[in-house]
Amino acid sequence: MNDPWWLVLIKVVVLFVVLLVWTIFNVWYERRLVGKMQHRLGPIMNGPLGLGQALADGMKLLIKEDFMPSMVDRVLFTLAPMIAGTAAFTAWAVIPFGGEVEMFGVKTYLQLTDLPVGVLVLLAVTSVGIYGFVLAGWSSNSPYSLLGGLRSSAQMISYEIAMGLALVSVFLYAGSMSTHQIVEAQRTPLLPFGVDIKLQTWYWLLLLPSFVIYVISMVGETNRAPFDLPEAESELVSGYITEYSGFRYAVYFLAEYINMATVSAIATTLFMGGYLPIWPLNAIEPLNNPWLGPIWFVIKVQLFISMFVWLRGTLPRFRYDQFMKLGWKGLIPVALAWIIVIATFQALRQENLLQQGPILWGVIIAVALVIVAVLLIGEKPEPVPEEEDDGPFDAFAGGYPVPPMPGQVLPELTGVVPSTAEPERPAGEEQ
Amino acid sequence: MIPLVTGQEVTFWIVAPLMVLGALGLLFFRKAVYAALSMAFVMVNLAVLYASLNAMFLTFVQIIVYTGAIMMLFLFVLMLVGVDTPDSVVETLKGQKVAAWLAGAGMLGLIVFGIGGALAGGPQVGLDQANAAHGGNVESLAALIFGRYVFAFELTSALLITAAVGAMVLGQHARTRPKVTQRDLAEKRLRDYAASGAHPGSLPNSGVLARHNGIATPALLPDGTVSEASVSAALASRGVILDAPALSRTTAEAFEAIEGPRAEEDDQ
Repeated sequence: MNDPWWLVLIKVVVLFVVLLVWTIFNVWYERRLVGKMQHRLGPIMNGPLGLGQALADGMKLLIKEDFMPSMVDRVLFTLAPMIAGTAAFTAWAVIPFGGEVEMFGVKTYLQLTDLPVGVLVLLAVTSVGIYGFVLAGWSSNSPYSLLGGLRSSAQMISYEIAMGLALVSVFLYAGSMSTHQIVEAQRTPLLPFGVDIKLQTWYWLLLLPSFVIYVISMVGETNRAPFDLPEAESELVSGYITEYSGFRYAVYFLAEYINMATVSAIATTLFMGGYLPIWPLNAIEPLNNPWLGPIWFVIKVQLFISMFVWLRGTLPRFRYDQFMKLGWKGLIPVALAWIIVIATFQALRQENLLQQGPILWGVIIAVALVIVAVLLIGEKPEPVPEEEDDGPFDAFAGGYPVPPMPGQVLPELTGVVPSTAEPERPAGEEQ
Repeated sequence: MIPLVTGQEVTFWIVAPLMVLGALGLLFFRKAVYAALSMAFVMVNLAVLYASLNAMFLTFVQIIVYTGAIMMLFLFVLMLVGVDTPDSVVETLKGQKVAAWLAGAGMLGLIVFGIGGALAGGPQVGLDQANAAHGGNVESLAALIFGRYVFAFELTSALLITAAVGAMVLGQHARTRPKVTQRDLAEKRLRDYAASGAHPGSLPNSGVLARHNGIATPALLPDGTVSEASVSAALASRGVILDAPALSRTTAEAFEAIEGPRAEEDDQ
């Protein structure tokens, strides 16, 4: 794509404004939605539906005193938010908002630029963005910040591996790393049993394991609950942004929300058909207009953001070692095994071996069954909790109040305290 | 006649001096973190050079692998162990300086003769033809890596994995006692409670009084005495704990001022 310079300028300005406004909206959206989940209202006072609240909060941060603690590394303390903010915006350069349209007589994609290695750009920008968080932690010269920064870098590097592996199967299937072409590849009709019901080959369905791994690792990548260990307020005050305030803090706040939208946008582009209309609406031809692409895209991304909020409202925070174990011993091996399966499948398909009739399918199914059987047999049975104590329940075993052991039952009517208003009558006494 | 200036040349003359500055920074910064960042800066600029030469795949792999993974691990270790003080210049390994000079000279020779040889000999077909062989930059690279150079490539990865596993084996130490789990800790707390009455829960928070909310403010027990467990032992040994009665004196005086006259009124 060779756009004239004025078109690039228009796209950059529109993208910048959209991201800022969307972030302000998302701050409000998250607070209202998590409020609903927790049976409270959230911000409702300022502006229609409380929409002015996020704007006011942002303004407050901008006009606060620009405070820098003494003893911090002054250069890096300022550089770190700049890196984080720049990386957050840059990622959106390759996200497709829509297909090919004609704008002022020039045919162009509704995305800033389409590179043949588009998805790698996203990974590269994310990995540069980590510097923003790590340097914030180090330059603040505070143990909480340092620990937060270290946690953040370890977490993001680990989960970037799982994320990258999940994306590999999409590359294999789409045959491209360009975001535009990946979306276009998902336009291929899916024919369940040879019937055309206008379904499209969106990769969340075809590559379900990849999608699940990606969604888990994208939560880890953005430091959001339940993986918000770098800023765990019960352990690290506020992690790497403990010492930040005012505008620099606002940049981190902005970067966090943009990153959340970025990973959601990647998930939408790679697995959810990007700017394609949602089934069954794609059967209606006018709705396939490329100018409507941004609407479908924003709806899908907003659904992912709702999922982030839902997770935050539902799950408690992980312990750090459990979190790392999940990444390295759970997600990465599964992703590797899944890539091998997909690669084999693709190789067979390219050699046209899949059309050779039932024998090959029989072999594939047999191999799959053997693998499943080995996995099931090889798996250690769940350790059954030993029923040490079958005796009667002693509420003061060992001299202090204890709950019942496994296998013991609470005596009937425990906790039902007899009312003191009425004197207890001995049984059998009739009035 | 003005020679034609290409965008690639402009990029080079902007980026190359920056890279030299970054490389000098790596050598001369006294703070280890700054040196590591200069290195990362050089790597990002190298990626920009690749981009100006239309090697898009190499550009982003350079950033992901070198800037994002390797330099980040360096930075991680630097921060974790806190290498901040300037190193001493005393030679600990014998003949290290001489060996370093020799290695440097060898490296220089490799670069000069390697690049010179590549420029002087062999047909140069240009990027477009090289890319066209397999229908694109990424595809051609893949054809080379997984075709002609597959053996060298796999050997390199085997070497790297061996190194990583070796480092882990050397860094590991055998456990002399079983790992303490959360359950063990909980059971120990309750055993201690049964045996000596030690409190099984978490320690009390520091007290937040009306006039002071510092971490050095102790919590008060119901009888008004200070709870020693509510402030950090380090603060206690430094003797910076705030004096709770002194803090509450103003309140007590205020109460006295109100209660005193009232009591007199009641007496009358």
